[in-house]
Amino acid sequence: MAKREYSFYPGCSSQSKASSVNYLKSTQTICEELDIQLNEIPDWNCCSASIGYGGGGELPRISLSARNIALSQQAHGQQDIVATCAACWLATREAKERIEHDGEVRSGIDAALGEIGIKIEGEMPKTRHMVEVLIEDVGYEEMQSKVKKPLEGLKIAGYVGCQTNRPFGIDGESYENPKYLDKMIEIVGAEPVEKYEKKASCCGGALMFSEPEKSQALVKDIIEAAYDGGADMIVTPCPVCQMNVEVYQGHINKTYGTKFKIPVVYYSTLMAVAFGRNGKDAALDGQMIRATRLEEIAKK
Amino acid sequence: MSNPNQAMVEKYRSNFLKEVEANVEEGHWVKMCMQCGVCSGSCPLGPHWEHPPQEIFMMIRAGKREEVLGSSSMWMCTSCYNCIARCPRGLPITHIMHGLATYAKRLGLQPKTQPTAKFSQLFWSNLTKTGRVNELKLGLSLYFMNGFANGIKTALKMQDVGLGMYKTGRLNPLEILGGHSIKDTGGLQKMLKKAFEIEEAKIAEYKG
Repeated sequence: MAKREYSFYPGCSSQSKASSVNYLKSTQTICEELDIQLNEIPDWNCCSASIGYGGGGELPRISLSARNIALSQQAHGQQDIVATCAACWLATREAKERIEHDGEVRSGIDAALGEIGIKIEGEMPKTRHMVEVLIEDVGYEEMQSKVKKPLEGLKIAGYVGCQTNRPFGIDGESYENPKYLDKMIEIVGAEPVEKYEKKASCCGGALMFSEPEKSQALVKDIIEAAYDGGADMIVTPCPVCQMNVEVYQGHINKTYGTKFKIPVVYYSTLMAVAFGRNGKDAALDGQMIRATRLEEIAKK
Repeated sequence: MSNPNQAMVEKYRSNFLKEVEANVEEGHWVKMCMQCGVCSGSCPLGPHWEHPPQEIFMMIRAGKREEVLGSSSMWMCTSCYNCIARCPRGLPITHIMHGLATYAKRLGLQPKTQPTAKFSQLFWSNLTKTGRVNELKLGLSLYFMNGFANGIKTALKMQDVGLGMYKTGRLNPLEILGGHSIKDTGGLQKMLKKAFEIEEAKIAEYKG
């Protein structure tokens, strides 16, 4: 039996051949190393992220997360629900809060779930981000003890972004200057960029699709600040941040005459490599901008 | 009532604040704003708002109904939650902006060419069809949301991104044939229909 077990909400972007399937792969790898078992919620659905509001409104949007919570209880009892995606985590946590605090929402949700014969039983389980599991349940010390190949000589900008930081954030961290990602960079043997100015700035989120110019201007500043700090790469805990900061660098270069080509990886990728796993297990093949320094370390 | 917008105008007359409190998600918070402007200064797209959040709050109190609901402002929200984190009065500003935008859209008052209003609806339609987002179809519907010619232009501009994602195993061309889905799509749609009915009925109460 695994040391730690959770109910798992993978989210749309981590499905096979979806945009953050590399995040899922590297997460599974570090979970093997840390003896964490993730029990997928049967037949989970999309949480509608933040951008679904225009079509969804309040109750339909919350009912999506409520269905996931009810299914999780049905299959995995009161196990904490763990999400790797910032938006999945946020939406599910917000749903729980709203259902608990607003009687009208609660009765609406009960009726909507009643249509399909499921219900929320008693207290809803907590929904947590994978980063919380790593920091609070596993702990920095245990993570560090698994490092076989320290990522020496690498300087990394810890880009926390928005939704893993606000409005809930990680317990004990400040909204303006959260430190946990820097600490995670340190324990895998690399050096975090000190005073990374755009650490908690917004990448535009889903508006990268509808307002690409405005969002790319934000991403340009995020990358520039990383280069200013001497970073070799950027690391993030969010699939939207990862994609927005990585895949539009060519477009930004065209618009602004910059020469950006900086890899953007997940914390789980860094950890998988540091834990001594190969490039495939760390999902380095999922990088559109190859993380060559990590590939070298993984091959050693 | 055939015209929901007209119904609301008649019901509330000059009291737009009451209308917002009754019908907009977290709208009861609007009166708490003290006009400090921290939200506007904290917004990543701040300079692009026709009216920044604190101005929207004051306009609601001043009864500027058409100007608020017809504004592109709320659609500039990236859901970064910086305003919520910093608001000294603890207003859930992100949610209020989403709520105003949704309400405007339900009444058909949102700016007709607003790209985020369109994208938000595309996203919702996409995910509710199978219960899970189909990233390929979502991307394509986005490119083509302003007509065929524009779609081709955007698709060509985006081919490097698409190809890069494909090569790294993060995009599946076969998703066009259906793609990921939950098993109980029928149930999901039944649940959503009920949730919509309840929400509509709640708003209808105020139609008098």
